[in-house]
Amino acid sequence: MSARDQHGLAAPHGEFQIIGKPQRKIDGATKARGSALYTDDLCLPGMLHAKTLRSPHAHARILSIDTSAAQALPGVHGVITGQDMPTPYGVIPWTPDETALAVDKVRFIGDEVAAVAAVDEDTALCALDLIHVEYELLHSYQSPQDALERNEPAIHKNKRGDNVSKRVQLDFGEVDKAFETSPVVIEGDYSFHGSTHAAIEPHCALAQVDGNGLLTLWSATQITHYVHRALASVLDLAPHRIRVIQPAIGGAFGGKSDPFSLEFCVAKLAQITGRPVKMLWNREEVFYAHRGRHPMDMHYRTAADESGRIQSVDAKILIDGGSYSSFGLVTTYYSGQLLTGPYDFPTYRFDSTRVFTNKPPCGPKRGHGSVQPRFAFEVQLDELAVQLGMDPIELRRRNSIGPQTMTVNGQRITSCGFDECLEKVERASDWKSRRGKLEQGRGLGVAGSMYISGTNYAVYPNDMPQAGIQLKVDRSGVVTVFSGANDIGQGSNSMVAYVVAEELGLTLDMLRVVAADTDLCPVDLGAYSSRVTFMVGNAAIDASRKLRKLVVSSLAEHWEIEERRVRLVGGEALDLEDPTRHMTMAEAFQIAEVKHDTLGATGSYNTPTLGGDYRGGSIGASPAYSFSAHVVEVAVDEETGHLDVREVWCAHDCGKALNPTLVAGQIEGSVYMGIAEAIYENHQTNRFGLHAGPSLLDYSMATTLDTPEIKALIVESLDPEGPYGAKEAGEGPLHSAIPALSNAIFDAVGIRLRHLPFTPEVVLRALREKREAERQTASPGNNP
Amino acid sequence: MRVLQLQVNGDTLETAAPVHWTLLEVLRYRLGLVGSKQGCDKGDCGACTVLLDGKPVLSCLTLAANAVGHEVTTIEGLAPKPETTSEPALDPIQRAFDDCGALQCGFCQPGMMLSARALLNTNAHPTRKEIQQALSGNLCRCTGYTQIVQAVETAVARVSGKTEPDCAWVAELARDRAQIDSAPNEASPSSTTPGPGAPS
Repeated sequence: MSARDQHGLAAPHGEFQIIGKPQRKIDGATKARGSALYTDDLCLPGMLHAKTLRSPHAHARILSIDTSAAQALPGVHGVITGQDMPTPYGVIPWTPDETALAVDKVRFIGDEVAAVAAVDEDTALCALDLIHVEYELLHSYQSPQDALERNEPAIHKNKRGDNVSKRVQLDFGEVDKAFETSPVVIEGDYSFHGSTHAAIEPHCALAQVDGNGLLTLWSATQITHYVHRALASVLDLAPHRIRVIQPAIGGAFGGKSDPFSLEFCVAKLAQITGRPVKMLWNREEVFYAHRGRHPMDMHYRTAADESGRIQSVDAKILIDGGSYSSFGLVTTYYSGQLLTGPYDFPTYRFDSTRVFTNKPPCGPKRGHGSVQPRFAFEVQLDELAVQLGMDPIELRRRNSIGPQTMTVNGQRITSCGFDECLEKVERASDWKSRRGKLEQGRGLGVAGSMYISGTNYAVYPNDMPQAGIQLKVDRSGVVTVFSGANDIGQGSNSMVAYVVAEELGLTLDMLRVVAADTDLCPVDLGAYSSRVTFMVGNAAIDASRKLRKLVVSSLAEHWEIEERRVRLVGGEALDLEDPTRHMTMAEAFQIAEVKHDTLGATGSYNTPTLGGDYRGGSIGASPAYSFSAHVVEVAVDEETGHLDVREVWCAHDCGKALNPTLVAGQIEGSVYMGIAEAIYENHQTNRFGLHAGPSLLDYSMATTLDTPEIKALIVESLDPEGPYGAKEAGEGPLHSAIPALSNAIFDAVGIRLRHLPFTPEVVLRALREKREAERQTASPGNNP
Repeated sequence: MRVLQLQVNGDTLETAAPVHWTLLEVLRYRLGLVGSKQGCDKGDCGACTVLLDGKPVLSCLTLAANAVGHEVTTIEGLAPKPETTSEPALDPIQRAFDDCGALQCGFCQPGMMLSARALLNTNAHPTRKEIQQALSGNLCRCTGYTQIVQAVETAVARVSGKTEPDCAWVAELARDRAQIDSAPNEASPSSTTPGPGAPS
């Protein structure tokens, strides 16, 4: 880490003017007026519309594809199949197992087989019906256990000849010894059902090739840079002949992180037809595109001493990866690597195996790879607390790892506000006076968690900065910020504007942010791993301070005063000691331009070298970690099995809330998403691999009426390396909502739900089993 | 193809579209009014909500032909005409959504704001439950609905003069709550004091 990467916690001039205060988003009014342009809102002259033909089979070999009738349909301008783009790609360069369209095999119902560009969508849809594909059906793997036990036919070819996508086994310390010597061991099976992102905007992409052969792709992607790289490779086109732009995006949550088939297809079809081509997937197609949360079967053992101090954790996890690798290599590591906080334990082992199945491919969803293990472990901790007769908050407090520590797997913790998170939820929920004293059927549950603020594992190894910012200054006083980062609704463009405005003493209306355009902006690695505020925020400070130096030194010389007397604030430059001396920032920039020529600055960020010294040690290593604690209050209807989540308190340590409005929004959105996927959502496929209900209604999205009262509590531990102390807020606050709900259900009615989702049937069955067990215990004489 | 004469946002507009096209398709792809969004195309998400004679309807389930003879209001028609040339005007609902952080990705919000407008047109002082009820046909994936409901409440309060226009109560809530909950005996949060897991 170089000096440019660490900027201290203080405001640039005395007190913060913008940072830490509630602000509107820079694109808020535009979005309020409905005039923000999303990809499908773009329309180019002569534009064609494309649609995708998808596989009706879960696993089959493609014997032949006949597109001649489709080609001959009037209005059809282009038809492509896998043979047109056979180069495999994958968001993780080590696992390139996807092609834009299926080349020889299809691997799930919904897999992309062919694409058509036509004058309108109706014609393109008619043409799809005219494409004849001959398939040879193969055994379809619908459970991870089946894929683990059986190797033929392999879903993907690998050296081992099996269906394993990735296996990670890591041992830290003497686990077996810890289990032998610990007085208390809790062991159990847990499972997570998987879920999908369901961003309200479906995937959409538009491509155009201009007169110079420059291919421009507008796409609803959250990682412009990786799409750029993948396009160059798959289209076999020099990267400098490709420009990728992300317009306004209607939500992502990890679901728009991979390069997707439609991006390659519109590009290829634009090349073939010489006309702009747009493809908008419908909602059903988005369910097939998936890349959502992996289903996991998890076996956990936790050893503890009598005082409740955790001695060891041992996990065995089977991960259902679906049909492609996607980010699966990282998911497999994350399933173990991210569990080692916020609690301190001396020994740890995990053995995670991700297998392929013939289902829509899983990938990164908000809280990538770690929401599922967190669920299992935090429920197990609750079981431990019950066994020890301890208050579950006290148990967590007793094991809290604290700031400036090192986890058992070698991750460096700097700031840590976890204790404060626990304290906040304990007080806000009135835990001490209410827990155990609520009416029958109502209960309180707690859980805690930790998450990364960015990762120092760049998906392709390189020593270049992970985030970059470029500033351009206008004589009007406007500063244009060029940021490669993807604003996916979380407000990262606004965050960048707040930082630059704070540093340069500008008002927010003097900022323009140009983002996520590979021709105009420096490279940023995209919106994933909760990296943007931390990394791009730091890069923005870096660039701004360079520019500020030029302006301040010019003004000091101009006014013939010391630099420390120059203050930039509220769009003006002033002399701190002579109130008569001031000017607008526009004038200040002009004075600096005379002295330094055309003004501008760049800024960068790179993580320090982090992580344990072992294979995979850098995966899950983050420059900072966020912490959360949740208390959930639930009412269980013992007649119907219906869960009424009354209230959720979530305290989240985001380091520093650069804009508390947006941080609160991230916490609330995370809590909603966690509770909704625990109770309502269903991404199951049937025994043929057909999605149970690829619509928002059948998947069952929570409405205003289904969403609990959410109380966000901001905790600020001021991270020494974060921008002004900030860490992430977008993913962490989801994790512990789910186990806290399970624990609250146990508190309410005494049933321990270890398997998601918590549907009324599941609740009723558990209640029945509990009554049955109680009856048997009550009358042991009845047992033979 | 069928020629349609539609009343949209106070204008009379004429266009031709296939007979099976929905109002959403005609708005977006014929009239250039792309503020109405398509999230599901089957009436699940509410992103396409527009007002038909002041009542919220799903434009993806309304045939364009069925809108003939009715007054259509889309998000582009929600804001009043600006009173000055320097500041664009916003409906109080739009202003409150912006102030309260309700616009994350913003994709569902045109429909959400029109549903809220329809509610306030018939019920100027809705309860929280009534707001939730009125917005329950509009799915949002970003906000957890919290700041949306707060935005509608803010708009209501402002119109009745109960809240300053420059209000930041939503933003400060999370922080204030955390502070109020802190008793004086609470240990001060320190990120430098080593915890129990510190290496000795």
